[in-house]
Amino acid sequence: MSVVFLFEQVLNGLLLGIYYLLIALGLSIIFSLGGIVNLAHGALFAVGAYLMVQITPLVGYGPAFVISPIVVAVLGMILERLFFRRFYKSDPVLSLLFTFGLAMILEQALRMAFGASPLQFNIPQFLRGQAMLGDFMYPYYRIGMLGVALFVLVGLWALLHRTAFGKVVRAGIQDPEMVRALGISLAPVLTAVCGIGIGMAGLAGVLLAPITGVHPAMGHEIMTAAFVVVVIGGLGSFWGVIVAALLVGVIRGLTSFFIPPASEASLYLLMLVVLLLRPRGLMGERMERLE
Amino acid sequence: MEKKPTSAVSTERRAVIGAAAAGASALAFPSILKAQSNTYKIGHLTPRTGFLGPMGEYAVMGVQLGVDEVNAAGGVAGRKLELLMEDSVNPQTASSKAQRMVERDKVDILIGEISSASGLAISQVATRAQKIFMQTGCNSDDLRGKSCSRYMFHLEANNSMYVRTVGRALLRDNMVKGKRWMAFTADYAFGHDLFEKTKRFMDENGAIFVSNDMIPTDATEFSPMILKIRQQKPDLVMSNLAGNQTTNFMKQYREFNLPIPLAGADLNAASIWGAGEGSFSGVWPIIWTHQVQAPSAKAFTAAFTKRWGRPPDNQAIADYLAVKILARAINETKSTDTQTLIKFLESGVRFDVLRGREGYFRPWDHQLLFEMYTVSPITGKAPNKWDLMTTSAPVPGPNESLEVLAPSQKENACTFA
Repeated sequence: MSVVFLFEQVLNGLLLGIYYLLIALGLSIIFSLGGIVNLAHGALFAVGAYLMVQITPLVGYGPAFVISPIVVAVLGMILERLFFRRFYKSDPVLSLLFTFGLAMILEQALRMAFGASPLQFNIPQFLRGQAMLGDFMYPYYRIGMLGVALFVLVGLWALLHRTAFGKVVRAGIQDPEMVRALGISLAPVLTAVCGIGIGMAGLAGVLLAPITGVHPAMGHEIMTAAFVVVVIGGLGSFWGVIVAALLVGVIRGLTSFFIPPASEASLYLLMLVVLLLRPRGLMGERMERLE
Repeated sequence: MEKKPTSAVSTERRAVIGAAAAGASALAFPSILKAQSNTYKIGHLTPRTGFLGPMGEYAVMGVQLGVDEVNAAGGVAGRKLELLMEDSVNPQTASSKAQRMVERDKVDILIGEISSASGLAISQVATRAQKIFMQTGCNSDDLRGKSCSRYMFHLEANNSMYVRTVGRALLRDNMVKGKRWMAFTADYAFGHDLFEKTKRFMDENGAIFVSNDMIPTDATEFSPMILKIRQQKPDLVMSNLAGNQTTNFMKQYREFNLPIPLAGADLNAASIWGAGEGSFSGVWPIIWTHQVQAPSAKAFTAAFTKRWGRPPDNQAIADYLAVKILARAINETKSTDTQTLIKFLESGVRFDVLRGREGYFRPWDHQLLFEMYTVSPITGKAPNKWDLMTTSAPVPGPNESLEVLAPSQKENACTFA
């Protein structure tokens, strides 16, 4: 096999990693700040995809692309205000149970409203086609997805590291008591963070709707990979999650190529190895709350 | 992510408790049971969640419509049909639910299922209880061969019938002899069996095998495999994928737009509709579509669409037909006795199977024989979101026996105990 083919698979793996990233980063920041493991993240990803499918015929692809993730983000903020905030100080098991139940309710609601069969949705005409670069070939749509994902990542990084809001978030992750002692209320920050994190899951749903099956259980598949990414990357670490997502993408892509039956198992093997060597994950930070 | 199977121990215990409770209630309340026996009870089991869930949803719509029609026409031998429906989930759950339906709910017959593993489990319960099980979605050849039962009747085609149906189209289009082909297969019993049948057919007809990849059933991303196809440049790509996998694969295959023809050995209309116009490509076998033009087929499609707001798929027809065939068997024999009904079904009597030609059960393996079809994308713009495909003329052709697709007694021996 030529080196070019291998290189093509590695590159494709890196791109796959970007999709996991959008979901995993949202999970990670919600957990880091509020201590909530949001098991409903995958269901909200599916809600994003369903919104996209339903809104596109009404307003067109472009506007639907903007509206759908925003609606999911608002839904995330409502969930935070009504429910999540009741669990910040309680046993983590309670929030796990709550979000697990929420995931089932959302999934069954989609099933009741739209049926169990996958809905039709395809890449819009203007984004079809493939870019050729020498022997490399890649669909325009995936290149576009990559662009959107990178834009969001850079935006999120700038928000967390270059704004006053970001300072409060990062300080809140490190030591929420001290932030409160300084007279800063974390409540609105938590609402905003849930909106951003869940909105990103919605965006991932919007991006993936044209290239995977849109069905009520679509969140399950991507959620498992996203959890693995968060655990490997280390909780609370922006860069850890990014490195882990790319690593997972490449490993998964390469096993799909060389030993396809092991493509799902490879993730867990990777997680096992990382956790044995670094129990806190690749770049996990020390968090007062968890020590 | 599929549901974790309940442990065998707990389901068994529950079955025992259920059986004990059923026994106790039979002793304590004989009059109530007698009152209930005015209806003829159908126990319907099919997966309604997981990656086979979309098909199960159509199965439920089909069986409900069938029961409503039979009851509207006066029921069976003067009794109304009563329908009990449950999600079969997995083989263990399917087995314990079937057991409960037979023992506690006193159903007279079992209908349904899609997964061959669950189908086998239900068949074992049905055989022990001496109740007929009309299975409507299990493809495995084994169920008609090694694991056959005289209480089980097959309204779904088996894998060999699927492979030979699409194989004829491929032979006609010169896509087999001397052609290099790659396969992608769902990594569980059904996929393995289908791949084996596909490979045998391709080998027998002079195709050159390149590779087969086993794909986990929860895989959603096929770009690494598609890049691999592009690198190996075969003449034909064959899918032995299942359920939602097929939809994802078709969408992504079209996204990369490789010039290599795609075909498959199993397909559900729900997968075509999920892939949508422009993503559905290649030639595939199917047992029935809503485009079949026989008068009874058109009437069924109209009734189904009126009732459920969408056309029936290939799964809905099997569960619907099971009820109609049952009703005819009871009405003609004027009996609900299992042995009498089996004799009637085995007698070679012809049934309207919503196709041009009538179908019949083979007496030695209980496979319902019927015309099959191939589907491929419509040329030009689809008139609506359901008619993305065109349905071929029936396979086999009008002058051939319906037997030509199914394996012979020698190929897939079945002995009823």
